[in-house]
Amino acid sequence: MEFGLSDDQKLLQDSFRRFTEDKLPLDKIREYANTKTGFNADIWNGLVELAATGVIIPEQYGGAGFKMLDAVVILESLGRTVAPVPFIGSAIMAPAAFLAGGTEAQKEEWLPQIASGEVKFGVGVTECISTRDSKGVTLSGDTLNGNAMFVIDGGPADVFLIAAGPNDMAIVPRNAPGVTVTMLTTIDYSRMHTEVKLENVKADLLGGKGKGGAAIRQAILAGRLALAADTLGAAEVMIYKAVDYAMERKQFERVIASYQAVKHMCAEMIAELEPYRSLVWYAGHAYDEAPGEALLNVLLAKSGIDEAGKFIIRTATEVHGGMGFTDLMGLHYWYKRVSVNRSLLGTPEMLRNEAAIAQGWLAA
Amino acid sequence: MDLSFGPEYEDFRAELRTFIEKNKHKAPPPGMGMHHPGPQEQDWQKLLIEHGYTCRTIPKEYGGYGGEADVLKTVIIQDEFARANVNSGLSGQGIGMLVPTLLERGTDKQKEQYIRPTIWGEIYWCQGYSEPGAGSDLASLRTNARVEDGHFIINGQKIWTSSAHFSDMCFILVRTEPDKPKHEGISYILMDMKTPGIEVRPLVTMTGAAEFNETFLTDVKVPVENVVGKRGEGWLVANTTLKHERGMLGDPSQLLSRIESIVKILQNETLDGKPLMQHPMYRDRLVAAQAKTEALKYHSLRLLTCTLKNEDPGVSRLIIKYYGTTLSRELSDIALEALGELGSLYDGSPHIRSHGSWQWRNMFDLGLIIGGGTSQIQKNIISERGLGMPREPKLAEAK
Repeated sequence: MEFGLSDDQKLLQDSFRRFTEDKLPLDKIREYANTKTGFNADIWNGLVELAATGVIIPEQYGGAGFKMLDAVVILESLGRTVAPVPFIGSAIMAPAAFLAGGTEAQKEEWLPQIASGEVKFGVGVTECISTRDSKGVTLSGDTLNGNAMFVIDGGPADVFLIAAGPNDMAIVPRNAPGVTVTMLTTIDYSRMHTEVKLENVKADLLGGKGKGGAAIRQAILAGRLALAADTLGAAEVMIYKAVDYAMERKQFERVIASYQAVKHMCAEMIAELEPYRSLVWYAGHAYDEAPGEALLNVLLAKSGIDEAGKFIIRTATEVHGGMGFTDLMGLHYWYKRVSVNRSLLGTPEMLRNEAAIAQGWLAA
Repeated sequence: MDLSFGPEYEDFRAELRTFIEKNKHKAPPPGMGMHHPGPQEQDWQKLLIEHGYTCRTIPKEYGGYGGEADVLKTVIIQDEFARANVNSGLSGQGIGMLVPTLLERGTDKQKEQYIRPTIWGEIYWCQGYSEPGAGSDLASLRTNARVEDGHFIINGQKIWTSSAHFSDMCFILVRTEPDKPKHEGISYILMDMKTPGIEVRPLVTMTGAAEFNETFLTDVKVPVENVVGKRGEGWLVANTTLKHERGMLGDPSQLLSRIESIVKILQNETLDGKPLMQHPMYRDRLVAAQAKTEALKYHSLRLLTCTLKNEDPGVSRLIIKYYGTTLSRELSDIALEALGELGSLYDGSPHIRSHGSWQWRNMFDLGLIIGGGTSQIQKNIISERGLGMPREPKLAEAK
């Protein structure tokens, strides 16, 4: 019985924390974010060198052949430093989709290019969860038409995986005829999601026609888990930034960390977060080792940590007082990362509804 | 990550299941009764001890099982009795707090005299700590004892002495060295509840029941050898006990079974002819609370792993009392509020659900948030010991 990170995973955690903290001091976070591209080549190449881009890709396809819990460790580091890379779309969701539903030829063609970082994927599955301004993409014969909204990490992507209804997923190169990409700038400048409009685009379908359901579901599952891990890292940093600030800032001749009003805010934040770290770890473990439990645990983990994150980004900013509200302090980069994570791939309310359905508590 | 317990432990679990199946007809109903253990409870307790299913680590010479400390077996025992909904033996402050304290700090004579009858359910204990003027700041307690003719003569008042009205003995904190600083003037004393001068008055709480008492002490004579540790060391001795009390709280299996009960309510009760579960406002709250409860479940496994590996889990352990009691109250909130007006019924009213136990639970949950170190005290502990933030200066210092 051992619940937690293995010694190898702790080493992995150390090396990725070192790498990201080295490369991403606040001035770099600010500089890269302000390009509004959702990409930085230096960070991306570093991740390629550390084999992170192929973390969950099996060795036979050029990857590191690690497990999702290893990926969770990496994702947490990226969240901690608001890393400007399309990691969730390209290194997590796309490989999850290919592995769940790709033909052997498709896996052999694409997975090595993902692992080597040469090709970056954006993943469009939003309309399989819910639709707002767009009804999504439809497949008719072998032709795709429609709009995919909030294609994850679509900004810097070379190729897209786009869901067309619940059972088809298409591989769509960005430069294919009929493809129009529009940047959707959110408050979070560190990543860039897109709208992808398809007009009579010829479909190259993952696994063949009508066989993309498993790939779509797995991409969503992996993506939600990844967002939860990213929030875990980003929210934790905000708590410790708040504690550090409170230990320095003096008012009425005392550090504000000595006021119970401030201490209790910090205690509440860490109490909200820590149990979800355990749940995110378990969900990452279940993804590979107990697949039957993965769906429910991912739904609970993401919806739960989204709520904890919402509380933490507000409270940590308040502990910083006026400085928390400024660009100078830079706290808002973490705030915005966590806030956008909450909205992506299903809000907490939607995930809780799915969790009730997944447990058979009400008819779908 | 390895969540299997391994073959040795699975064998242990299988044996335990067989034992429970074979013997459960002898077991008293589960749950803590507000009464002195009777013959059936005492017999069941002895049977459990004989097999090492309770009081595992208490030495044989004091009536225990005399096993090695084994956290995994403890967890398996807790799980299996909860799963079968079978009484898992006696609990309470004597077994949970006094016995571990005596084992660590008692004299041989005290151990011999008290441990066996306590764990066998023959002596029942109450705790005399809090006073009307000493709650969170327990060390400011004023119940005092002077020494005369080899006896402490105790005078004062205790409050929140649960079970005092049927307890045989009380472990009590009294000020014996009035001239010493407040933490150094306290002694930890074992007091027979039949001693003249003790008056126990039931303290009726908001639930309508008297879960606690007020205990008035007038010239109560207790032999000086009944002190545990040395005179004036009572604060240290009590902290041994408080450490054990904290270990008693935050059991996720109870909360998980409460989630199951709420699921049944939402499936079986209707609002406007539709099951509550089909009303998203209640369903949403249930799943939100379920996420916290599942998180606590895995969090407990994480803490258990730290215990097994002798690692300090730091702040992640300090949050348990605050998190667990807050969550418990949130669960009973959901059950009650989903039932609407019906949830407010009490005292055996017509249409009452579950004998009003959710209302009782909800009020009692608030008691748990306050008792054993309020949430505010917990947040001080979390921020000071867990996050390294300074104590708030005392008034005199805070200039």
